[in-house]
Formats: sequence, C-alpha cells, structure tokens
Amino acid sequence: MAMADATADDYRDSPGQLVTADGKPLKVALRRALRRQRMISLALAAPLLVFVLVSFIMPIADMLFRSVENEIVADILPRTVTALDGWDETAGELPGEDVYAALVQDLKVAKENRTNTQVGQRLNYEKSGMSSLFRGSARKAARMTEGPYRPAMIEAHKAWGEVETWQTIKLFAPEYTIGYFISAIDAKRTADGGLEFLPEEKAIYGTLFVRTMMMSVAITVMTLLLGFPIAYMISTASTKTGNLLLILVLLPFWTSLLVRTTSWIALLQQQGVINDALVFIGLVSESGRLELIHNATGSVIAMTHILLPFMVLPLYSVMKTIPPSYMRAATSLGAHPWLAFWKVYFPGTVPGIGAGAILVFILAIGYYITPELVGGTSGTFISNRIAYNISTSLNWGLAAALGCILLGIVVIFFVLYEKIVGIDNMKLG
Amino acid sequence: MKSLRTVTYVAAAAIGFAATAGTASAETNLVVVSWGGAYSASQQNAYHDPYMANNPAVKIVNDDSANEAVAKLRAMNEAGNVTWDLVDVVAADAIRLCDEGLAEPIDHDAVLAKAPDGTPASKDFGNLIVSECFIPQIVYSTTFGYRTDLVKEKPASVCDVFDLAKIPGKRALEKNPINNMEWALICDGVKPDQVYDVLGTDAGVERALAKLGTIKDDVVWWTRGAQTPQLLADGEVVIGSTYNGRLFSVIEEEKQPIAMLWDWQVFDLDGWIIPKGTKNKQAVLDYLKFATDTQRLADQAKYISYGPARKSSAPLVGKHAELGIDMAPHMPTDPKNAKTTLLYNYEFWADHRDDIDERFQAWLLQ
Repeated sequence: MAMADATADDYRDSPGQLVTADGKPLKVALRRALRRQRMISLALAAPLLVFVLVSFIMPIADMLFRSVENEIVADILPRTVTALDGWDETAGELPGEDVYAALVQDLKVAKENRTNTQVGQRLNYEKSGMSSLFRGSARKAARMTEGPYRPAMIEAHKAWGEVETWQTIKLFAPEYTIGYFISAIDAKRTADGGLEFLPEEKAIYGTLFVRTMMMSVAITVMTLLLGFPIAYMISTASTKTGNLLLILVLLPFWTSLLVRTTSWIALLQQQGVINDALVFIGLVSESGRLELIHNATGSVIAMTHILLPFMVLPLYSVMKTIPPSYMRAATSLGAHPWLAFWKVYFPGTVPGIGAGAILVFILAIGYYITPELVGGTSGTFISNRIAYNISTSLNWGLAAALGCILLGIVVIFFVLYEKIVGIDNMKLG
Repeated sequence: MKSLRTVTYVAAAAIGFAATAGTASAETNLVVVSWGGAYSASQQNAYHDPYMANNPAVKIVNDDSANEAVAKLRAMNEAGNVTWDLVDVVAADAIRLCDEGLAEPIDHDAVLAKAPDGTPASKDFGNLIVSECFIPQIVYSTTFGYRTDLVKEKPASVCDVFDLAKIPGKRALEKNPINNMEWALICDGVKPDQVYDVLGTDAGVERALAKLGTIKDDVVWWTRGAQTPQLLADGEVVIGSTYNGRLFSVIEEEKQPIAMLWDWQVFDLDGWIIPKGTKNKQAVLDYLKFATDTQRLADQAKYISYGPARKSSAPLVGKHAELGIDMAPHMPTDPKNAKTTLLYNYEFWADHRDDIDERFQAWLLQ
C-alpha cells in the first residue's frame, strides 16, 4: 500500500500531468476503468462464447480431424502392423511367416473383442471384399493353434495369398492418412507411393464439386435478378404496402422446407400444374411436355425460391437507407433515369448485394434435401454425396475430407470477396 | 485431439443431462426408433398399445429417425450417451451395427417367446436371423407397380421394365445399385443363381450398367420410398419400383388404378436391434418378448401388407383392420406372389456396396 501511495505522490510531483481526485494519473485510472468494463462485458458474453466453442467449434474441429485420423488399423492389428514394417510392398512377394503369425494373434484378440469386423469395414473402403475377409478369417484364425500360419491363412481365404491385400493393410497402417483426401479428389494411391487418378467412368467428386459451384452461382444470380426489383419495390412502397410485401417475402420461412420442396414437385412435374397450363394455352404439345424437374432445372428453380428471402432482406435493409432525393437530384441535374440508377442508386446497394450474394451462395453449396428430392441425376450436389458417406456408407473419414474441401472453397470465395469488394462493405441489415 | 473429443462429449452429455433431468419419474420411458408413417402406426396398434395396456408403468416413446439410425447410433455411442432403447432397422444395417459393436448380440431362444406349439424362437424365425444382434419382424419386398390405365399391355415380367417398345413411358427406379443391378443382369440373360458371381466382377458391373443404359433416359430415380407411389398416382411414370407395402396402400387404401408386378421381387427383412449402452435393457427385453411373439407379428399384418417373420404367424394373418379385405394375398410371401424371388444378398453388398455405388453414381453423372 505504501508503495502505491509513493508512486501516486511521484506522479503528483511531475508537472503537467492530469491526475484524478485520489491522485492517480488520469491515463492509468481510465485504462483501469476501461479494463474493468471489458472484463464485465467479457464475463457477460462468456456463456455464449463457451456455448459456441463447445457446441459449434469443437464438434466441427473434431469432424474435420476425422479426415486424417486412421488409428483403427494400428489399434486392432498392432502386431501385424509392426511385423509389416520389414516387408517390402513393392517387391511383389507375399510377406513372411512372421507376419502371418502376427495376423493370427491379432485376429484372435480382435475376435474376442469383436473388433475384427470394424477393421474389415475400414479397409473395405479402400478395397472391396475386406469386410467379409476379416469377418470370415477371424472366425477361422481363432481356431488355429499352431503354425505354419501362412498356408493355413491362405487356405482360410485366398485373399491372404494376394499381394494387394497386404499392400492395402500396409498403406493404411499409419495413424494418420491423407487417403481420404486422395479419394475425395477421385484418385487412388498405388503401392509404390504414387498417385493414380481414377478413370473418368469412376470419378464422381470432381464433377460434383464443379457442378455444386456452377449451380450455386446460377442460383445466386437468379435470386439477385428476382430479388432486386422486389427489394426496391418494398423499400419504395408506403409503409403499409411495404410491410405487407415484407410479410409475403417472409411467409415461406414459416413453412417447412419439405412442404415447399414438395409443392414444387406438384407444380413442375410433367403432369403438373405448369405443364398442364402450358398445354392448355397451346404453348407446348401434349407429347412435348417440358421436363422441369428431376434435373438441374428443378434444383435451380426450387432452390432459388427457397433462398430468395436471404437475398431480399439484406437488399431491402440497404435500399431503405438510400434517400430518394439522390435519384431526384441526379435526374434534375439532367441524368437519364438509367444513368441516374446506374451511377447513383446502384453503387449504394452494393453492400446489400454483397451480403445477400454471400449468404445465398454459402447456403446453396451446402444444400442437401431439396436437390435430393428434385435434382434427379443432373441436379444433385456434393452435399448429397457427403450425406451418403455419413449415413449410408458410414465412411465418416471421406465425408470429413469432402467437408474440408467444401469449407476450403467457401473460405477461398470469402477471401476473394474481401479482396474485390471488401468485407466492411457488407451490410446484413 | 482425443482429449478434445472427450471434452466435447462430456460437455454435450452434460447439456443432454440438464435437458432430461426434469423428466425423471417412476415410470419407464422406452424410446423406440422406427420409420414413422403407416409403418410406425402398425407397430403402435399391434405392439405398443397392447403392451402399455398390460404394463401401465411403461411408456413407449416413438422416434421416427430410423432413416439415419446407423449414423446416429454411432454418434451416440462415441459420445457415451445412448438415449435409444430399441431400434427398427433393415437387416443389412443390423449386420453392420453388429459388426461395429453398436448393437447387443442376443440369445434368441433365451430372450424371445416360443411359438404356440413350443417350437423355439430360433427355429420359428429360421434363417431370417441373419445376425446375432437381429430380431426379425417382417419380410418386405422391393417390387414393381404399374398404371393399369396407362400401359397398352400388362407387364408380365420384370424384364418388361427394360422394354421401351412394350411399355413406353417413364419408369421409376431407386437411385442405388442394389436390386437394379440384379434385375438388369437377369434380364440380360444371366442365370438367377449366378447373378452375384457375375456382379462381383468389373465386367459384370459394366454389363448391368449397359443393360440399365438402354432405359437410362426414361428413368426417374427415387431416393425415398414414398416417391414412387406419388409418381405413379400423378401419372409421371407408368411403372416403378418401391416397397410392396407402399404399393398396397396406394392401390387398396387410395384406390388408384395401379397393379402389382411381383416378378423377381427382392425380399428383405426388417427387425429390431437393441443398441449397446441402452439404459433400460431389462424393460426392453420384456417388451421385445411380447412384441415379437406369434400373435403380435400376425397382428401387425392387419395394418400393413408386410409378411410376419415367424413361420407360426403366417396362418394367423387375417383381414385388414379397416378395409376388411383378406391380407394373405397381399403378402409378398404368398405363394402366388413369390413364384420368382431374390433374397437381398447381405454379404455381397457389405463387401461391394461402396465400390459399385461409386461406379453407379459416376454412371448416372455421365
């Protein structure tokens, strides 16, 4: 305490320094007060921060980590993995008796713990047939009591006499793998460590990524073309009409996504309302009904409708702040209405366009249920494939790798946006 | 990273616990996961309601997320907080869950009721017990329905699906290689007992896809069982595959001009698994013994046209609860319907599903 007093006295002595009533310099006191305020606001925000960390950031980090995690092979087949270290996978010869003995030991333990099928599942993602190989062989290995194990295992299943089986195990033995990312770019690792792209008839992810991007851009452009006039109309209408129109824009938000998607099916299908109307007025013939759904057109139409509010709302909030007097001033100074719009009004709406476009684009590339139902074969997205890997194939590693790539693409777009438009120039409302 | 995962799960479990803490009471809640819709309704009527009437202390809570059951169970298991007590899954998923250690293996004879004549459960279910974790419930099939008013000539064989001259118009097929590949090969002249030998080779896969390629432009691909009945009812397709129970309801309950084509229907099984880590194992076993006995399985067929998995239930199948029509002729297992059938090949698809699916999806994109 004495120390503190002494310093306060020191300060009081120095000339020209502002001090508070208790003699502390104003700068220090102010900094202290501000720090206290910051702590209080941090403490108030802490529950939310912790919540976001636990329920959002950590699960995402965990999921992304799965794209490289590969402990299962070494965990379940520890002896085999160690024994395989000494085997040259490129020589084209089968491993020695020691590896087979280690495998039998591992399989006995795995059978006991019922984990043999898990490692079979894991390796089946890399090579078809591993699933039944491990299920069947563990049963037989459990009954083996003495060597030589090599002929016994090959007798149990002929796949143990194939070099590729062992190459696959060795390739996916390390605790971490980039194998999932390699699969995600339609490639495959070869035994000598090289990379081999799949032939076109087996490649799907590249096509799907490109298609997801193209269609999301198309949807974003469509929402902008449709949303801009609507937002303009709402922002310039009288309060009463404006509110009514705004409610009409928001109304779809209160309807289930599935209901909205299903209604599009009823409208767009070949025997649907739109085709019926077109046939009735004679624009298309009975046999020439348009294919508007179960293809890319269906996905774009349905998703444009579903995502439209995300474009209209930011646009509206920005347009409301542009005083109508600007346009009047421009025209009274002799500008053609088009020029006035383009030079005066439009630049003011750019922050809203940016915000709406980013919002719609990011939502669109992650969309899953609508393309699944109306997309047919030409209108499905990469997210449909991620969903397949998560829920049907249970290949979470590959799903995580695809998710990482998708996340990376979003980040790249975001950075590009920052460079071109500037993030400060974005207004959500 | 392991520790991060642990922290996440502990936190998630704490949140979950806080959410459920308020509901604890003397009665046991059994969370039964099933498919929703007409199927869950049939289980409610045949199993849940009678069981709760006899056991007032037990409350059965339905959860309709069987669609994502495998993925959700794995997530729950990793989080160490399994909130489900009984899950209705197709046999292929039951095998997979058992393989992954996510389902409890059970001793069928010790746990399940005997048939009325004393036959032990394992004999009564017979070879439908495809996994030691699986308690079969129904036999269903994936087969075709067609619009009687929109086809010139009634299809007599599944190969007519591949015949655009005989049946012009769109057809609905599942966006999935399973079943489609088998039908394609059979119609391309492969002997039914050799289908999986052929399909196990790259050349066989290409052969099946080539056959499917002959109708590719006229196919609407479905992903949910409800889509084909809707597509048929709206006249979007003239013929399409789906589960037989869905077709029964659109034909008999909604009286649409649709008829069944049973040729080469593919049988599959649906049944229960007990998730590993359930907190009410005793109560679940008690419920299960009741819900899978001979009478209960026969009762379910009053509400939906799926065949009971017990042999002893077949003679007890009666009339539809509301329509009053005889249910036996609508069962996929009825001798008249089951002249030519395939059984879903669990082992083959467990090995080859991912590989063939990838090739199939790439083929769709071309």
